[in-house]
Amino acid sequence: MNPTLFLIFTSLLKIVGIVFVVILPMVSYSVYAERRVSALIQDRLGPNRVGPAGLFQPIADAMKFILKEDFTPANVNKFYYWLAPCLAMVPALMTIAVVPFGSTLFGVPMVIADINVGVLYVFAIASLGVYGIVIAGWSSNSKYPFLGGVRSSSQMISYELSLGLAVIPIFLLVGQLRLTDIVRYQIENGWMIAPFVGHWTDGWKWLLAIPMSISFVVFTIAIFAETNRLPFDLPEAETELVGGYHTEYGSMKFALFFLGEYAAMITGSAIIVTLFLGGWHLPVPWWNHAHGFHWLLIDGSLGGWRGVIGGLFNIFVFFGKVSVLLLFFIWVRWTLPRFRYDQLMRLGWVFFFEIALVNIFLAAIIIACLPQ
Amino acid sequence: MSPFFFWTASALMLVFGAAVIINRNPVASALSLVVSFLGLAALFMSLDAFFLGIIQVLVYAGAVMVLFLFIIMLLDLRAEERRRINFVAFAGGAAVAVIFFGQLYLVIGHLHQAKLPFAPLAPMQVDDVHRIGLLLFGSYNLPFQIIGVLILVATIGVIVLSKRELH
Amino acid sequence: MAITVSRPKLNWSERLYLPAILGGMAITFGHLKNMLLGRTKVTMQYPEQKWDSQMPDHYRGAPALVKDEGGRVRCVACQLCEFICPPRAIRIVPGEIPLGERFAKVEKYPEKFDIDMIRCIYCGMCEEVCPEQAIFLRKDYAITGYTRAEMVHDKEKLIEIGGVMHGLVLKWNEKK
Repeated sequence: MNPTLFLIFTSLLKIVGIVFVVILPMVSYSVYAERRVSALIQDRLGPNRVGPAGLFQPIADAMKFILKEDFTPANVNKFYYWLAPCLAMVPALMTIAVVPFGSTLFGVPMVIADINVGVLYVFAIASLGVYGIVIAGWSSNSKYPFLGGVRSSSQMISYELSLGLAVIPIFLLVGQLRLTDIVRYQIENGWMIAPFVGHWTDGWKWLLAIPMSISFVVFTIAIFAETNRLPFDLPEAETELVGGYHTEYGSMKFALFFLGEYAAMITGSAIIVTLFLGGWHLPVPWWNHAHGFHWLLIDGSLGGWRGVIGGLFNIFVFFGKVSVLLLFFIWVRWTLPRFRYDQLMRLGWVFFFEIALVNIFLAAIIIACLPQ
Repeated sequence: MSPFFFWTASALMLVFGAAVIINRNPVASALSLVVSFLGLAALFMSLDAFFLGIIQVLVYAGAVMVLFLFIIMLLDLRAEERRRINFVAFAGGAAVAVIFFGQLYLVIGHLHQAKLPFAPLAPMQVDDVHRIGLLLFGSYNLPFQIIGVLILVATIGVIVLSKRELH
Repeated sequence: MAITVSRPKLNWSERLYLPAILGGMAITFGHLKNMLLGRTKVTMQYPEQKWDSQMPDHYRGAPALVKDEGGRVRCVACQLCEFICPPRAIRIVPGEIPLGERFAKVEKYPEKFDIDMIRCIYCGMCEEVCPEQAIFLRKDYAITGYTRAEMVHDKEKLIEIGGVMHGLVLKWNEKK
């Protein structure tokens, strides 16, 4: 086959596969998981009626959203009112394009667009996500959504700074923005939160774990703020702003906001996994006569069915890690109370911004001392 | 670069650039400007300048325009929508635009390089992030540092001014 | 006079928030773990599990017309319940008992007896006011229907719910 045609064909296949087969079901089932886990945390059972253990609940929810009356309030700015839900959903899905979600499968790299500015692309697209919320708040022509939109824009701007600064130590270490290179580096030198793996006697590598852990914590918290999850869900704070920016929305348009939020959560987790938790890499303990006990790297590079199984295993590992992080997101949400607005701003500008900044210098010093 | 891509992105930029000044609603203008920036970013990317394109989106569309919107949304937009078009100013602006466009046409028309076909760009795998980084911190290190100090001064100045307003 | 509440002095680990956050997350995780291990008592699964056997005798469920041991509907259509009913849920059409029967000319009987269960507030006044011990609030509580008409219990339905009541006072039967 013509290489260009092959590229187009495989890219389309990957896009359709990742969006419709992986992300969207994952979104609906993370809503289900959110409801079940929150119920269990609060000593309840949660939705357990539709299907075995309530597993078909997402389908029932989707049916409900589709069949509901699509109502547009009289005094909204119609065009922007309709535009906002789309703008909320699209950036969340676009971000996944540069994330390597597996090694290779049938020799095709499991990343949709392997561009050399990977992480910057993620930040750029994620920063566009705020438009959906701001426009929703403004076009609704109502006070509470408007407050939600204004809060959201200032919150996202504030936390993008810490988000960007927190990953700079990684770039200092890897010297690349390309996400596949970052994953490759982690496979060779240990995951970012544990750079000492495989270099157990190297004191500097142990020291390097300090700035990397700080980066990890700051980045994760900033992702919480970027995805409007509790404890940073000020844009939609139910108790003070009714529903926040989507107060005036109903039926499928509301569902799009809802899905966009969860899709952003999934892509955020995917970025954390890729940057800090080794991406699709999972070392497997192995034993054979030639080498004795050793850690085996499984990827899709082997020929035949072994390669296929390896590639599938990598994809499975990646989304397994993402799922664990999603559960962590849910766990945090049902534990922590919401921040007050001034606390949120103080935390972002006075606390995380400074920590991330100092962390860069710390990381730079340690990396300069690293033996090559 | 595919001509189709160039024309699409350019058309996007021009149409939404015009929409910025035609729209009477400032929020609509600001959003048109965002789309125009996205078109510009697409043009950069089609020239394999991924870094510039992404920075365009990140800084202008993602941060600057959000702050713009933030301010505009707090204004009374009805006053702006009621305002009549000042035809003298409109004609003056149009005249300036036409003169500028003519000038540009003449200059580019007389330029030698404009008549040559574009040499093909370097093969795909140019690591523009590294190149820009090396250039900024190598050849242009001093100007870069000076700009950094300048921005720092501006930041401090803004903080001082905004604090003084409180008293 | 304004009272100044002194804020507690926090030490550095409290000011860091993180220990408190981790403590909170440990608590929620404990709840999650206990639920998954089945150590926590959870709410009864309603339609499958019911508490009907533990329901007290004085439970005020749906009002119903009862029969005595002889199988006779005790209502004499005196309409007291209709008048006392606060939401006016009861409608009675009294009728004469045909001449050939035993209680003819002595009593009336309800030709129609409708209780609108949308209006009923389960107050039990009908039961209290009834001189004949004919209407009782039984233990049925899940009164549902798809239409308003379905929610009106007619005489047959009321008798069906009511069933037979034992140990009632049979004050006039001997003299009739």
